[in-house]
Amino acid sequence: MTTPAVELKGITKRFGAVVAVDSIDLEIADGEFFAMLGPSGCGKTTTLRMVAGLDFPTEGSLKIFGDEVGTLPPNKRPVNTVFQNYALFPHMTVLQNVAFGLKMQGVDKSAAASQAREMIELVQLGGLEDRKSSQMSGGQQQRVALARALVNHPKVLLLDEPLGALDLKLRQEMQGELKRLQRELGISFVFVTHDQEEALTMSDRIAVMHEGQLLQVGSPEEIYEHPVNRFVADFIGQTNLLEGTIEDSATVCLANGVRVKATSSYSTGAKVALSLRPERAHLSMRGDGASDGSSIDGVIERMTYLGNARVYSVRLDWMEVEVREENRPGAALYEPGTEISIHWDPGAVWVVADS
Amino acid sequence: MSSTAVEPRGWFKALLHVNGWLVYIFFYAPIILLVVFSFSASRNVGVWGGFTFEWYGEFWDSQATRDSLWNSVQIAVLSTLISVVLGTMAALALERFTFRGHRVFDALLYLPIIIPDVTMAVMLLLFFAQFFDVINAVFGTDLRKGFSSIVLSHIAFNISFVSVVVRARIAGMESRLEEAAMDLYATRWQAFRYVTVPQILPGILGGGLLAMTLSLDDVVITQFVTGPGWTTLPVYVFGLIRKGVTPLINAVSVVMLLGSVTLVALSILADRARSVGDT
Ligand SMILES: Nc1ncnc2c1ncn2[C@@H]1O[C@H](COP(=O)(O)OP(=O)(O)OP(=O)(O)O)[C@@H](O)[C@H]1O
Ligand SMILES: [Mg+2]
Repeated sequence: MTTPAVELKGITKRFGAVVAVDSIDLEIADGEFFAMLGPSGCGKTTTLRMVAGLDFPTEGSLKIFGDEVGTLPPNKRPVNTVFQNYALFPHMTVLQNVAFGLKMQGVDKSAAASQAREMIELVQLGGLEDRKSSQMSGGQQQRVALARALVNHPKVLLLDEPLGALDLKLRQEMQGELKRLQRELGISFVFVTHDQEEALTMSDRIAVMHEGQLLQVGSPEEIYEHPVNRFVADFIGQTNLLEGTIEDSATVCLANGVRVKATSSYSTGAKVALSLRPERAHLSMRGDGASDGSSIDGVIERMTYLGNARVYSVRLDWMEVEVREENRPGAALYEPGTEISIHWDPGAVWVVADS
Repeated sequence: MSSTAVEPRGWFKALLHVNGWLVYIFFYAPIILLVVFSFSASRNVGVWGGFTFEWYGEFWDSQATRDSLWNSVQIAVLSTLISVVLGTMAALALERFTFRGHRVFDALLYLPIIIPDVTMAVMLLLFFAQFFDVINAVFGTDLRKGFSSIVLSHIAFNISFVSVVVRARIAGMESRLEEAAMDLYATRWQAFRYVTVPQILPGILGGGLLAMTLSLDDVVITQFVTGPGWTTLPVYVFGLIRKGVTPLINAVSVVMLLGSVTLVALSILADRARSVGDT
């Protein structure tokens, strides 16, 4: 096995009584596009800052390409950071910003300038070298921040919500560009975001964090299809979580007593939730579908028109769920109050621990 | 017509105009009078006796005025340099670090700005009287009131003013910039040298000019803590007035006025350089 680019073992960070990061184990492979995903305050930035050397772990071991870097200062680590609000130096031009890292490493002036120009070209800012960094648009500043980090040929690039401040269109454009740069350079990007869609579309692997803990690490598909618990299922994409208890390895008894088929490895009697994604459920008039362990009865509460789809809110005996029907020609319409049943393909549901 | 609704009415507008002019006359008439009469040939202040440069000549010829001017400049420059260094360090410590006694230190730093000059002067006088004796007894030095006590006193009040001005500037600067510099292979010192200093330089300059103005202007504290043979220009002028106002005082005051105006103009320029740097 090759050495991981970044390796965290039992990393904990406390700020006084606050546990910002709680005993995390994580390996990030070389050349990987790795996303750290989680709600605000879950410890993403803190984790990234520890890798950069801007914060030191309270406990645990942190290695970069096999070398222990625990308390090494940031200037001694082969990583660079693109900061949340870019943190460009306002008193310097674009060129000076980009050449700063090289200058600090003692690269001679003309070599530093020519490498910086090359990098500015690569992020498509050619011609703007002499602008003050504060005279640039958000998207341009973003590119300067990228160039300023990449010009140093870091072994790992750390990005803290780099697209957070951009509008939707620019954001999508930059997503593509980041992927392109990462492929061309072949280094690992560790990308912090709280936007699950961004994480899903861009990354090779995703780590989901919550309250300082690492809940799950896996490919976008694994995380979306097989979330380990209620929180991950709910945070990644949208889902309905129907509480129930395990009856046997192939059956879950829902809160209203309906039995549905769902394979899982939880022990009998365990409290679980059945994750049913809105787009995987379908509606039919009651009595149409056979009660085969893959359906449940409900009443239409209201409908939201989305253009390409309709989202129905359906009242069950004890909760409300959402069902998304694609807006195909001839798709059936259900009025509020209609008694329907929701059904799904066996295997479309996933059992998660209810905690 | 909504635009006229917020405009003052005719008579009210006229009143505002008059008020504006009165304020300006109140401010500037004494200054103009001072400047005009500093060129008056008459010995009696306030009586125009024809145009002359005589008083400026006398100012320059008088050993006492020249000495006190030179004293003032030396004291101002030295106390400014030292208080800029110490004030900037205090500002950095308070803005960038948390340590035991942070809040106490913070509050104490403002004290010299709040304390009345006379109180400060008496305190310092008492301090020097005790302190210099002890130092001299212990180290066998020959510290006495005069240059060193004045410089120390000016540093004592200027540190506060410098650190207040510099702090405002540091507070406006993202600490992230220093982190970014260190992430880009700068050592702590390089981050300070290439990122922090250029960012807070306008604050340091502004604080320095303020300190210099305050030092050149001070009468009360200087008069208390000075020793034999050490007179600053403002203290000297104050002494002259007690003997009777002569046109010489007018000339000296005009010179001091010019000095102050120059410093203020410089600090405005420094301020402008800062805002240009920001946008
Ligand atoms: N310097 C600090 N001092 C005290 N507490 C801190 C400090 N930095 C972070 N924390 C706390 O640690 C926790 C994790 O913060 P962190 O900035 O890592 O969250 P995040 O996941 O990046 O959130 P966001 O998405 O809002 O940026 C939060 O509860 C935060 O209040
Ligand atoms: Mg963050």
